Amino acid sequence: MSTRLSHGGRLTDRSTPVQFTFNGRSFSGYAGDTLASALLAGDQMMMGRSFKYHRPRGVVSSGAEEPNALVNLGQGDTHEPNARATTTEIFQGLKASSQNHWPSLEYDVGAVNAHLSRFLPAGFYYKMFIHPRPLWKHVYEPFIRQSAGLGKAPHPEARDPDTYEHFYAYTDVLVVGGGVAGLQAALEAGRAGAEVLLLEQTAHWGGRTPVDGGEIDGLDPDAWIEKAVGELEAMPNVRIRTRTMGAGIYDHGYVLGYERLTDHAPGQPGPRHRLWRIRAKQVVTATGAIERPLAFAGNDIPGVMLASAVRDYLVNYGVAVGDRTVVVTTNDDGYRTAIALKRAGLDVPAVLDAREYGGGALMDQAKEMGIRVETGRGISKVKGGKRVTGVATCGIAGSGALIDEIACDCVAMSGGWSPVVNLWSHCGGKLFWDEAQACFRPDTDRAPTGADGKPFVTPAGAANGYLYLSETLSDGAVGGRTAATATGHAAGDAAVPETSAPVEAAPRPVWMMPEGAPYEYRAKAWLDYQNDVKVTDVQLAAREGFESVEHTKRYTTLGMATDQGKLSNLNGLATLANALGEEIPQVGTTTFRPPYTPISMGSIAGEARGSVFQPLRRTPMHDWHEAHGVQWEPVGHWRRPYCFPKAGESSEQAVHREITATRDSLGLLDASTLGKILVKGPDAGRFMDMLYTNLMSKLAVGRCRYGLMCSENGFLSDDGVVARLDEDTFLVHTTTGGADRIHAHMEEWLQTEWWDWQVYTANVTEQYAQVGVVGPNARKVLEKLGGMDLSAEAMPFMTWADGTLGGLQARVFRISFSGELSFEVAVPAGQGRALWDTLMEAGAEFNATPYGTEALHVMRAEKGFIMIGDETDGTVIPQDLGLDWAISKKKDDYIGKRAQERSFMDNADRWKLVGLETLDGSVLPDGAYAPTDGKTRNGQRNTQGRVTSSYFSPTLGKGIAMGLVHNGPDRMGEVISFAAADGTTMTEARIVNAVFFDPEGKKQNV
Amino acid sequence: MLTIQCPHCGVQAEETELSPGGEAHLSRFGPGSEDQDFEAYLFFRENPKGVHFERWRHVHGCGKWFHAARCTVTMEVFGTYSAQTTEPPKALRDKISEKRPGWTWRDIA
Repeated sequence: MSTRLSHGGRLTDRSTPVQFTFNGRSFSGYAGDTLASALLAGDQMMMGRSFKYHRPRGVVSSGAEEPNALVNLGQGDTHEPNARATTTEIFQGLKASSQNHWPSLEYDVGAVNAHLSRFLPAGFYYKMFIHPRPLWKHVYEPFIRQSAGLGKAPHPEARDPDTYEHFYAYTDVLVVGGGVAGLQAALEAGRAGAEVLLLEQTAHWGGRTPVDGGEIDGLDPDAWIEKAVGELEAMPNVRIRTRTMGAGIYDHGYVLGYERLTDHAPGQPGPRHRLWRIRAKQVVTATGAIERPLAFAGNDIPGVMLASAVRDYLVNYGVAVGDRTVVVTTNDDGYRTAIALKRAGLDVPAVLDAREYGGGALMDQAKEMGIRVETGRGISKVKGGKRVTGVATCGIAGSGALIDEIACDCVAMSGGWSPVVNLWSHCGGKLFWDEAQACFRPDTDRAPTGADGKPFVTPAGAANGYLYLSETLSDGAVGGRTAATATGHAAGDAAVPETSAPVEAAPRPVWMMPEGAPYEYRAKAWLDYQNDVKVTDVQLAAREGFESVEHTKRYTTLGMATDQGKLSNLNGLATLANALGEEIPQVGTTTFRPPYTPISMGSIAGEARGSVFQPLRRTPMHDWHEAHGVQWEPVGHWRRPYCFPKAGESSEQAVHREITATRDSLGLLDASTLGKILVKGPDAGRFMDMLYTNLMSKLAVGRCRYGLMCSENGFLSDDGVVARLDEDTFLVHTTTGGADRIHAHMEEWLQTEWWDWQVYTANVTEQYAQVGVVGPNARKVLEKLGGMDLSAEAMPFMTWADGTLGGLQARVFRISFSGELSFEVAVPAGQGRALWDTLMEAGAEFNATPYGTEALHVMRAEKGFIMIGDETDGTVIPQDLGLDWAISKKKDDYIGKRAQERSFMDNADRWKLVGLETLDGSVLPDGAYAPTDGKTRNGQRNTQGRVTSSYFSPTLGKGIAMGLVHNGPDRMGEVISFAAADGTTMTEARIVNAVFFDPEGKKQNV
Repeated sequence: MLTIQCPHCGVQAEETELSPGGEAHLSRFGPGSEDQDFEAYLFFRENPKGVHFERWRHVHGCGKWFHAARCTVTMEVFGTYSAQTTEPPKALRDKISEKRPGWTWRDIA
């Protein structure tokens, strides 16, 4: 069994017990424990079930690379799935539960899959469930989703109570990794005077060295680390952070750091996670190395663990994973575990060394301690179910003939070490294959390069393939000096601290144990624990032609789980290389992508949630609307009133009331959101002629004109009324959503094409509040305010005038988007609320009724006015909408003119705008298509038109619609059918003129 | 995430401050032009592996458009210059030649 020893544990504080629960059961650990170490101390070896076969799984590692021990943390609003028990620090009251099993971790119905495993190889789902097609959505997918998967996503109604923040940092040198190499690199760069930021993902400095042993500068590693951290803390140009992972390296020295501030101490004030957005001139990746598992039958049975992890639990937490531990290794490092266990008084029945001649000094030391060492030996099979009970040993080279069986409750395996090259590779750093050490290492001649084309990442220490203490430390120093020099700081050349550690013999790469293992062994030898990929799966993929490592990855899902194959990648591609008869470097690696380990969605969102998710634009009348029961409609970043329902009124009833009141007497519209852009300068007229299809340069001062803007591709992009303020100045009105876009469009042409034209533009949208005063009594209410002559003679349709209205400085436009007598009154934004209040008060006798965007839409549709975004969709030209009258024939050029000359646009045979009137008076479904005879090449029905706007008109008491219909204007009176969303319900509609109401314009011209 | 220096205001701008504007130095073809010329102007774009000339706008900064010469493989930025010109400045072309001997882009070298 796994137990806490009576002493030991360099990271735990035995004076501070911590209570927590796992699957509802109470456990006790100590401050400093991880969830994994505390569970092991309580003999909870099994921590989860595997993804596909639901096999019992125990913890394999002691760090970020953990594939098995994934747990749910918290409950309700703080529930979080897929947390690694190995990196979760325990705290008082922690609640954790295991994942992917039903009904319980101990007894899981899904484990039946394991017995079917020979029928569920790689690609099984692809092959089995592809036919018949319709069954996928309704039968196969729901079933597979139920039985597969890891943790459960938080409930959609759950609201994360924690806060998160972004942090921007700029530094000369960023060092990722606080092991001895990272510390040494930071010391060198700091001493050189560079600004340094040092990040360490765990809560502790020093990495593996204190566990692995050796001496630095004559000091015990812990003592040296404390001294180094002390020196760094004393340097004003150095910042250091623990619990902060370097998550990803991006172009031009951009790096994301992920700081976990209160995961280990919930309830503390401040944000839970912090996302560091770092711009570094130079990055040193001192990210260490990860031990590889070995592929032998039963290598996933709980109790089989990385040798380094067994050692970590012993030294760091005082936890013995087993009473009797068999060590199986391909290198000298495995002996460290055997020696540490033996020293702690635990039984090590044997070390199985795959190398024929064994190892170096560490092997000799183990032998001297009385440990049985067998060379040229391996494991053919692990015995046990939910816990290891023993191993069958065999010769490494053969097919697994039994030599002997050794009873044990723990297997410590070491397949050699792989440098963590993830961060080096994120931004394009290349790798080379080191045959002697059997690992990929950074190729420093092909480093990621920055904006200046020079390398900006330097790997250091074990991450650079320098795995032994003396090399690790000196390479850390080289990395720090290189980075400091590259940022213009003179690096020192003081001697690197002396180290002493045993000399190690060369490792032997072993990709399958034994090397000639028969099928039944290979089919139980796991490569990717989290996604249940076995040696046989990769071999099958190779046989079926998935020769590229990227294809094999996707076919077998090797390395695609939440651990991104940190343990499995190299073993997987070595297996593929063997199956293909190629060398490992020829097969290559898959692409390393950020983040290194998953980061929280909360940290990505940062502060951008709720009301600060995006800015809200409010008109000067916003508060009045709010106080009068407005129903809002988001339009871009603006909030516009959709309608103003009164008590007991539905929105539909409110819209109808607003329309009727406006058409009968007086309506008021908050039109402040309308885009307003000033175009000014000696060449303004010339520029306006290019911008619009109309001849704007001939517009008289004091007049208004409705104009159309197209893209260079000819399509209608925006519309609105232009007022000429003086000879050199035009005021352009755009749609509410179009102001920023059109202003950018103007600037683009002015700055990049006609830069010698003297024109200046300014977006003054927010400088003015604007109110539409609409209806038969519009003039009367404005005359009540007094100050301007707004008579039909003084101010005819499509003119504007400056003046004073009710004491407010105002600009009045006589324009109409409703077909009523209508004035738009603009005042400085600060006067907007005053104008609104004045109009409401003066209009009371006329039943002044504020109306919203829906009433605006219905009234414009009754008049057959188009709306950008309804009648246009980026494929519609003005000619399609019957707007030829707005296209000047006198101009040589305007933006979009050449495009409209193309044969398929300059053609009568197009879908064109018409009105549509249902025979039964009903409202056509918006967006409905009118099918016609025949089918397209894709087997879909041909269509002859679609509805672009559709409303119930309270004025006319029936449904009205506009639509684009094939040759529509030539088919007046014809009846065609439109299909509802179900594709079968048809509604007949007659093609009519789009102007449904007051076609003579009697109401607006008074 | 790129950093590109705005030649107008001198700011070393983060990519999030900028908006990309596609290929630089297009010649506009208007009414009366041949279909082939217009098609090429509107739709055909270079897609080089290596040296490229692009338009950018310092949209969340000074608001000015400018040109940038960039390597599409390594993301190296060779230089930036005014948008109000019809071809890359000679000094910049020479600088690129030093770093990428034999480069060509459209008919520029």
